[in-house]
Amino acid sequence: MTDLSHIRNFAIIAHINHGKSTLADRLIEQCGGLSARERRDQVLDSMELERERGITIKAQTVRLTYRAKDGETYEFNLMDTPGHVDFSYEVSRSLAACEGSLLVVDASQGVEAQTLANAYLAIEADHEIVPVLNKIDLPAAEPDRVRHEIAAVIGLDADTALAVSAKTGEGVGDILEALIERLPAPKGEAQAPLKAMLVDSWYDPYLGVVVLVRVLDGEISKGMKIQMMGTGAVRQIDEVGVFTPKLVKVEKLGPGSIGYIAASIKTISDCRVGDTITEHRAPTAHALPGFRPSQPVVFCGLFPADADDFEKLRESIAKLALNDSSFEYLMETSAALGLGYRCGFLGLLHLEIIQQRLEREFNLDLITTAPSVIYRVHLSDGGEMELHNPADMPDPVRITGLEEPWIRATIMVPDEYLGSVLALCQDRRGVQLDLTYAGDRAMVVYALPLNEVVYDFYDRLKSISRGYASFDYQIEDYRQGALVKLAILVNGEPVDALSMVLHESQAEARGRALCQRLKELIPRQLFKVAIQAAIGGKIIARETVSALRKDVTAKCYGGDITRKRKLLDKQKAGKKRMREIGNVEIPQSAFIAALRTGED
Amino acid sequence: MAAPEALTTNLPAPGPAPEAQARPLALYVHWPFCASKCPYCDFNSHVADSIDQGAWLRAYLEEIDAWAPALAGRRLTSIFFGGGTPSLMDPDTAAAVIARARRIWPAAGDDALEITLEANPNSTEAARFKAFRAAGINRLSLGIQALDEPALAFLGRTHSAAEALAALTRAKAHFPRVNADMIYARPGQTIAAWQEELKRLMGEGLGHLSLYQLTIERGTPFFSAHRRGDFTLPSDDDQAWLYLATGEVLARAGLSAYEVSNYARAGEECRHNLTYWRYGDFLGIGPGAHGRLILREFALATENYRAPADWLKAVGECGRGVKAELPLTAMVRAQEMVIMGLRLEVGISALDFRAVTGGDFADYLDRAAMARLTQGGYLSRERGRLKATSEGRLRLDAVIASLLGTAHGG
Repeated sequence: MTDLSHIRNFAIIAHINHGKSTLADRLIEQCGGLSARERRDQVLDSMELERERGITIKAQTVRLTYRAKDGETYEFNLMDTPGHVDFSYEVSRSLAACEGSLLVVDASQGVEAQTLANAYLAIEADHEIVPVLNKIDLPAAEPDRVRHEIAAVIGLDADTALAVSAKTGEGVGDILEALIERLPAPKGEAQAPLKAMLVDSWYDPYLGVVVLVRVLDGEISKGMKIQMMGTGAVRQIDEVGVFTPKLVKVEKLGPGSIGYIAASIKTISDCRVGDTITEHRAPTAHALPGFRPSQPVVFCGLFPADADDFEKLRESIAKLALNDSSFEYLMETSAALGLGYRCGFLGLLHLEIIQQRLEREFNLDLITTAPSVIYRVHLSDGGEMELHNPADMPDPVRITGLEEPWIRATIMVPDEYLGSVLALCQDRRGVQLDLTYAGDRAMVVYALPLNEVVYDFYDRLKSISRGYASFDYQIEDYRQGALVKLAILVNGEPVDALSMVLHESQAEARGRALCQRLKELIPRQLFKVAIQAAIGGKIIARETVSALRKDVTAKCYGGDITRKRKLLDKQKAGKKRMREIGNVEIPQSAFIAALRTGED
Repeated sequence: MAAPEALTTNLPAPGPAPEAQARPLALYVHWPFCASKCPYCDFNSHVADSIDQGAWLRAYLEEIDAWAPALAGRRLTSIFFGGGTPSLMDPDTAAAVIARARRIWPAAGDDALEITLEANPNSTEAARFKAFRAAGINRLSLGIQALDEPALAFLGRTHSAAEALAALTRAKAHFPRVNADMIYARPGQTIAAWQEELKRLMGEGLGHLSLYQLTIERGTPFFSAHRRGDFTLPSDDDQAWLYLATGEVLARAGLSAYEVSNYARAGEECRHNLTYWRYGDFLGIGPGAHGRLILREFALATENYRAPADWLKAVGECGRGVKAELPLTAMVRAQEMVIMGLRLEVGISALDFRAVTGGDFADYLDRAAMARLTQGGYLSRERGRLKATSEGRLRLDAVIASLLGTAHGG
């Protein structure tokens, strides 16, 4: 085992697409972690989706062996972290396993919203931060300007920032040396009782649940009986190892080391991130403080487009949940969409990733209802409830007040787009908290209601800034809001999947738009269909689908009987795609179309 | 579906009452050839260079003979020569078919047997009307389709309006009963123009008219042309207005809409087609012909080989050109009877329904839909009959889908 003084644990943090994963690849390569043949670009991003979007969803770790210029051999444990705001919680727990961070900034772009957010997380984790200016090979690179930004916006000393190109390899050697010089070695007692932190866990079809650990004190070895101090679970360790990034079994892990254990764990719910792992017979006296479990903040319904696929969806969600404990799901029955799940996500990107993984990896066609946030409802009987689904909103007469989550949003934007960005934030009921200029870019901080952000804020922001604005947020607090539930009724009966909570100032326009859209989507029937939008008991918009005028086969003789009947049988087969609302059967496709296009 | 499966199997299925063998019989004879194909038509018709009339006659007779034992003792009520263009058939062929059928299934009397021939209203065919009358045809159905030259060209017809009217005059001279087929709700057709056409036709003093709104059928030249956007049909609303205007013109002339697209003076209704709509028994012979027969032990749907060569070959080898013979469950019979029967102004008699299905309407139809449709003015129950109102018949496909539980809307 490596002496503590020769171990360095570090995370790489960056804004999305600033070259974090490429840099990780280069570091692995320079330490000889993979042969040229084994090397694929961005080896750490294992999931197809991650590779495609250039983002990292789950933290990955690699042990590297580095022979330094001083002639000594060092053990590096590198943690790649997710770059997106939704996963800041995963970032912070990865950071807790390390002593320092490489803060990677694209020298042609500068400090972006998530650079800032991640840097603050590293500062909070008491990390030694080494700023790295990446992509200096690009003609547009402006290392000096970016150095200035790092100092001005984040408040870090950027004079010692390393200028590198992960792509060409230039300057990467300096990073390895800087890690040894500038990062503190981990502390720990090999003789003390085992104290290790559960950093992450995921399901592996061969090993069962694999647990990523950081050893603080003592040693963890094969055959040892361990206990998770939070959940109380006791397990015997089958296997201990590290990633180089290839999986390599080792006898044991000592203080300061990061590696994995497998212990015949069946479900990841036994593995609470941040939990303290100790030896069952000789436990440590002091458990780690642990983490607050990540809380979903965005909710939506996921339904199979084809009702026959519900079983498939059920199985797929269960499989997905094996590797993602942060998303919640609960079965839901919708009159409009049939059987499905109400799901909670860490954020919009998380929602999108889960949806795409279900569609891609499990070949499902899904319908997503409008994203919603958690509202706090104050009831007239003095009670309070959390509302995850607008359809569950109590009768307005029972409600004395509604609170909604607000976020603190940080937006970095070139100043030519600043006006539009401010207008957008104002339009979404935002309150300006700060506006700082750094060169020709501005950092805008706004308080915004989360429900204004979950619709299409991010898309709008990208489009008005031609993709230049970056955005990050954190949940701030709950505030009283003039919120109403907008219900859509078909022949007097509410369509659960289309109800939503929104600010009263927007309710009428959105209600009218939805009614008009549905009018176009619902085919004429034998009887006229009334489509209404209502707030409480008050109808604010109404459309009517007039009754079918003519629908009769002109010719029907002896030879047509079979054909006609078969046609009706076919309609019958299609009947399961029909939803009965208010005595009217409406093709599910109408609701799907209303949901898919409902936000303009 | 209102009737649970168990119910249908518990019924005295397959249903024929003891007197079933005495059920009247209608005979359909399909002649699958035309001089040219019309672009809207999806019927089983073919253009052939030469036709061996003798071979066709032998095959028809053989197929009739083959069915004789199963249908022994039946009374023949009608024969219908359809197509194709059956007036291209040799009149002697028609005469021989009629003679054979009458010999096997005697009619109650000469007047009781309606024998219809479909014909095109051009001068060559009109020249043979006399011979067809002599062969025994007593009702002629003329495919006039339009009395407007551009419309006739659009429909691919080879005759002019004047030629059609001349053929009609000639037909009336030879046949006791004459029908004219017309196609309306054509692209760009106005109510006024259609009323004009109708009035011209009514001036001929016809007792029966079949007036079909143009529909675009898959597999026809019109199907692709319509999809390409070469022409558009009137909107549903305009089709409805045209339909209502049609009914008014005909009613003033004393012809009532006894079926969705068929209008007749009292007593002039087509008995053969009434058999289809009343779900009576009919035997189909010739290529692609269908049949519905309630036999002593079971009820049967028959379907003949569609291609003329296949049918001829099958008849040559087995005596019959039947491609598929499917037993009909009581549930299917109930569905088919509703599909057909509600097309009639008089609807379906509960007694007839029981005779065919062994049960009542409520046993087979969606009761909630029945109540809703009745309340909504689309259906009515009176004097033991279930019928669609005129509003209901205008939307009959949706009404039926609703009744059979295959709805949307209702």
